[in-house]
Amino acid sequence: MDKNKRNVNYNLYVESKVPKTKAWPSLVKAFILGGIICAIGQGFFDLYTYLFPSLTESEVSTCMLMSIIFITCFLTGLGVYDIIGAWGGAGSVIPITGFSNSISSPAIEFKKEGIIYGICVKMFTIAGPVIVCGVVGSIVCGFIGLFM
Amino acid sequence: MINILDYVISFLVGGFICFLAQILVIRTKITTARILVLFLIIGMILEVLNIYAPFREFAKAGASVPIIGFGATLARGAITASQEYGLIGVFTGGLTASAGGIAMAIFASFIFALIFSSKTKRGGH
Repeated sequence: MDKNKRNVNYNLYVESKVPKTKAWPSLVKAFILGGIICAIGQGFFDLYTYLFPSLTESEVSTCMLMSIIFITCFLTGLGVYDIIGAWGGAGSVIPITGFSNSISSPAIEFKKEGIIYGICVKMFTIAGPVIVCGVVGSIVCGFIGLFM
Repeated sequence: MINILDYVISFLVGGFICFLAQILVIRTKITTARILVLFLIIGMILEVLNIYAPFREFAKAGASVPIIGFGATLARGAITASQEYGLIGVFTGGLTASAGGIAMAIFASFIFALIFSSKTKRGGH
């Protein structure tokens, strides 16, 4: 009983000490950053539709995503994306840039451990689950498609 | 032919998806990998239920840039290939459709990891 009471008090103490993420500003920032990244994506989409009229919509979409991914990896290398991410929170994670950053950031971080065990292995510490779930999920969807 | 409305809708829809994710982050302290997987699976479910295509038609890049679009691409690729090529398509479809993004992410990360070094401690989120 006494122990439980102490735990409650301790939890309250921890609660009071943990820095609170101010909810509204961070929500607004995530909204703005996510929106801007999507609008940039739309810009690339229109640019490639204009430059390469022979491509289909899904091909243009792939080119657009590849461009954004490349730029994000470059910005991660420069250290700029971390600053953007610290400002925008989930706004930097949910767009495809977050996936890209989750690959390039550990790759650069663990470079000092060597090319194979540093870059190549650590590259997938965060993105690994995404790719595994993506592949397994797509196979499940494929089986659903067989019977549709 | 640039339609300014496309940009406004992309901004609003993409922003709103990130807004929802940020609520999750604040409420549950969810990690980056979990949140990416969660939204990826949401995208797949939307695609299987045939909700994603009209959503994309409406929201343009606001639907395809968030990781939801990546999930939907994987699902759509697998479904289309399975109907076209049968059992082999079930396994080849998803990665074929999303190959561009994954290949570019790995390639660019590898190249830039060779070029740049981390000078300060980076969180890697």
